[in-house]
Amino acid sequence: MRNIFLFIRRFFTVIVFLALQALALWFLFNYNRFHRAKGLGVANEVTGWFNSRYNTAEDFFRMKEENRLLLKMNDSLMNLMSSNFIKGDTSVEVITDSIPYDTLGNFRHYAWRPAQVMYNTVSSEKNYVQINRGFNQGVKDNMGVFSSDGGLVGQVVNVSANYSQVMSLLHVQNKVNVMVKKTTSSGTISWDGKDPRYLNLGSIPKSDSLVKGDTILTGNYSLSFPPGHLVGTVAEIVPDPTTNFYVLRIKTAANFQNLQHVMLVENLQYEDQDKLLNETKKIIEDAKKIKR
Amino acid sequence: MSDLVRNLIRFFLFIMVQVYVLNKIPHLHQFITPYIYFLYLLWLPFNISRIGLLITGFITGMSLDFFTMTPGLHAAACVLVAYARPFVINILTPKDSSEFNYREPSPKALGWTPYLVYILVLTILHHGYLTLLEWLSFGTFLEFLIKIVATTAISMLLIITTELLFPRRMKFRTNTA
Repeated sequence: MRNIFLFIRRFFTVIVFLALQALALWFLFNYNRFHRAKGLGVANEVTGWFNSRYNTAEDFFRMKEENRLLLKMNDSLMNLMSSNFIKGDTSVEVITDSIPYDTLGNFRHYAWRPAQVMYNTVSSEKNYVQINRGFNQGVKDNMGVFSSDGGLVGQVVNVSANYSQVMSLLHVQNKVNVMVKKTTSSGTISWDGKDPRYLNLGSIPKSDSLVKGDTILTGNYSLSFPPGHLVGTVAEIVPDPTTNFYVLRIKTAANFQNLQHVMLVENLQYEDQDKLLNETKKIIEDAKKIKR
Repeated sequence: MSDLVRNLIRFFLFIMVQVYVLNKIPHLHQFITPYIYFLYLLWLPFNISRIGLLITGFITGMSLDFFTMTPGLHAAACVLVAYARPFVINILTPKDSSEFNYREPSPKALGWTPYLVYILVLTILHHGYLTLLEWLSFGTFLEFLIKIVATTAISMLLIITTELLFPRRMKFRTNTA
């Protein structure tokens, strides 16, 4: 017995060495069984804390690259979004009767069709609305455009195969013939390029006795728009004692800031009317020339 | 600064450098893993007890193992280094001096040549054992040899650089102190 103790005492270092070696090797070769044990879990907490500190610092330096990757990813995802795609407008087909009278003798003067707004601004002085119909779908220049709730939006000024540009009422060069609903006196509405909610209307005589809230409709004298459709309401009567005409601020019926769907209206007699107009002009001009 | 505090700080620094610098940098080659943390064991004071040395070695190895998720691998190698250290020191120091004039092994305390031999022997031991344990699970014998040589060379380079960069200011121990 004493010898055993002496032996242990003498070779204590070796025994400790061998024991620690055995422990280390046991850990190593039983790692898969061991790593669920509690001791290693605590060790994981500690190394995890250090690693998270390190990661915080490391992240800062990798941010740029990460941002680039993220942007790339976003870019590829954005391209997959359904809003990138426009459904081909194959369901709508415009067929004009060869006989433009129905059985009751009514004569079709205007034809309506829906369209979707692709692009729209209100911030410029010359705002245009782009819609997803072009000459392939029968859109022509000078067709009228109304918003989905019936307010006047503008008129088509340029047509491509599948899209058209609409000159919106918020365009300083757009002058539209309108009338006051109450008195049917007509005037010309225009925009001053400032507030997209309000238009200006002059040339309504003061004998009309208007009040705020009076309705303004599209006029009788336009080739593009059917008469009697909503344009806006009187928002403010600017006092101007120097003239006999009102200076009116009109609140637009269409909300130009969130146009989504619009209606296109086609004057089926446009060519006839336009031709007549031009020919009249021509005759008068020619007559003048002959007179000279 | 007391020996304990100094060695605790050193322990922390060596593990951090090993885990967050040397293990993170892209390796030169698959065979070359730069190791320096075991220098901590080589720098421990002369007067540490052999059992203390063994346990310190085990703790050092395990600390690194927890970061690399290889429990026991570095611990085994470190325990071996800790066990062999006193023998190597005994061989390399002159027999007649019963006491050391310096606290820790350093080029100054042992002289450059014996110190380099001391470092080299223990580095080869550490890497040899470490690589052997790794090799038991995969690899060929030629790879095993190349890896020992390459890793030892890079470690020696690192250790010598460290010695030159951070000369330890050590008081000369006199009898009066």
